[in-house]
Amino acid sequence: MTDLLVNATNLHKSFGDNHAVDGVSLHVKPGEIYGLVGSDGAGKTTTMRLLVGALRPDEGEINVCGFDVSKQVEQARSQVGYLSQRFSLYEDLTVLENIRFFAEVRGLSQTEWLPRSLEILEFVGLGNFKDRRAGQLSGGMKQKLGLASALVTRPRLLLLDEPTTGVDPVTRQDFWQLVIKLVSAPALSVVEAQRADHPSTSDFAKSASSSAQDGVSVIISTPYMDEASRCHRVGFMKLGRIIAEDTPYNLRSRLAERVLELRGSPINTLRHVAHHDEDVEDVAAFGDKLHLRVKEGRAQAVIERLPAGITAQGAELIELRSIPPALEDVFIALSETNHD
Amino acid sequence: MTETVISVQNLTRRFGDFVAVDHINFEVHTGEIVGYLGPNGSGKTTTIRMLLGLLAPSEGQATVLGYDVFAQSEEVRSRVGYMSQKFAIYDDLTSLENLTFYGGVYGITDKARIQRTLELVGLKGHESTLTRDMSTGWRQRLSLGIALVHEPKLLFLDEPTSGVDPTARREFWDLIYELAEDGVTILVTTHYMDEAEYCERVGVMRAGKLLAMDTPTALKRSIIQGDVWEVYAQPLERGLDLLSAVEGVDRVGLAGDHLRVISSQVQKETMQRLLTEAGISVEKIERGEASLEDVFLSLAR
Repeated sequence: MTDLLVNATNLHKSFGDNHAVDGVSLHVKPGEIYGLVGSDGAGKTTTMRLLVGALRPDEGEINVCGFDVSKQVEQARSQVGYLSQRFSLYEDLTVLENIRFFAEVRGLSQTEWLPRSLEILEFVGLGNFKDRRAGQLSGGMKQKLGLASALVTRPRLLLLDEPTTGVDPVTRQDFWQLVIKLVSAPALSVVEAQRADHPSTSDFAKSASSSAQDGVSVIISTPYMDEASRCHRVGFMKLGRIIAEDTPYNLRSRLAERVLELRGSPINTLRHVAHHDEDVEDVAAFGDKLHLRVKEGRAQAVIERLPAGITAQGAELIELRSIPPALEDVFIALSETNHD
Repeated sequence: MTETVISVQNLTRRFGDFVAVDHINFEVHTGEIVGYLGPNGSGKTTTIRMLLGLLAPSEGQATVLGYDVFAQSEEVRSRVGYMSQKFAIYDDLTSLENLTFYGGVYGITDKARIQRTLELVGLKGHESTLTRDMSTGWRQRLSLGIALVHEPKLLFLDEPTSGVDPTARREFWDLIYELAEDGVTILVTTHYMDEAEYCERVGVMRAGKLLAMDTPTALKRSIIQGDVWEVYAQPLERGLDLLSAVEGVDRVGLAGDHLRVISSQVQKETMQRLLTEAGISVEKIERGEASLEDVFLSLAR
């Protein structure tokens, strides 16, 4: 248990009648990217604020990086970097001045902050922009600066609250590559290198190999499934609870061989026919196609049976095939079984 | 019978030296659901503002429901609905009061019509719920109701389901499909792939240019030429470096605990062999599906 970076048990937090967090337990290992996935109001941000000690839970225990957050909140916080949804940058200050500000607020000395900041700016790809005013950065660069600021204290746990809202896929891809590199061994050693007392080649390699134990962990919140699919482990949140938790791969496996894609026209006739098939549990429209969720072991039967029904209704079938289930399909299936 | 609802020819808007919208062309027909996908600043909103007659084009022209958007902007605006993410709902009013208020703005005082709209968006039974007590998903439905109260033939939706989970998104889109079935034409602007997947056709915007417009399936087939593979191998970064350097591999990206590879020429067995020879342990390699994100990344390059 001691090697967990986050060990939170049975957290509860209510605001009046609103049970924002209603029995959440969270266990995050070093080097893990954990995704809290759910809609606005599902309890993601409240959970994060509990983890950093910004809110006190009504019930439950939280241990972060070995510290009990209720008793040792300062020590715990010193190990955590937090990039909130609305992080603020000083637009009139340069990139480096912004980081310096965050570093000094967090109590880093003058001799510490500069080499560290330069190293981190290099890591996030802003090395050449350190003297540019933050106000003149693109949206993606601002985001990287936010990340760099959260990293300047070399946290062991990084909390990212919907970090890529409003940015384009190219920038988002870049951002994610940084996050993944941060938790994976070789890149981590770059950030870790100066922490080692003897930064010789062999120690450099050792710090890389031992980082499975010492690695940074990331908890990221998002309502989007394409982001969820990039995490090592995902917790689906709904109404303050984690309704399912597993790797994206295992979550998808729960619906393996149970999702079919159907294309043809008119789409409404297809929907109608699919809806009336006894082995089809759910029909979802996705633009120019339908996703059918079928009963376990019935995919082949549906693939064989449906075309005749479609033709009989005078509709045209273009394609009917089994597809790998998406996290979205899994989330919807789970939500149905978790209705209160 | 399909009529042209939106027709755009060489539509261009400059702000000084900056070309916000750069010679775009497209058509939208009755009952279609078309997505307009692009990051913030790509020209989506500028396009919509021109289509609503709020902003004059620098060049080119556009008609909406047969009216010239700039010369006849009053006619256009009275016949279209617009739902914006930043749309103001009055928190202290109930859903019915909000709808009645906004109906009044359009000159709609018919109570039966207001009631009908409330039912249409699935808020019947919640007439007297204060808006501030409603979930994001319900607020989005109310916003949709407000955009629909004057029974427009064309609906502009700006990121209508941002911030909700897949269940709420699905429920919202089921409403949109019903509207389209009844002949309402819908144009959705968004930068979320999850939303774009719901559209019948999707236009991809980047830096003011409309890079492509087609069905999601056709975009994936025409733009992603290779196969998509999900490669589970350790150590991940060495796998990334190795596969990135292989000729015939179009793109490799880190996807959390695995690599996502798009490759037109290199097959599974070859990847397996190359990785294993380099001492990288391969757990599994599975076939993946192309996503609209892959399309966007390919077009943006």
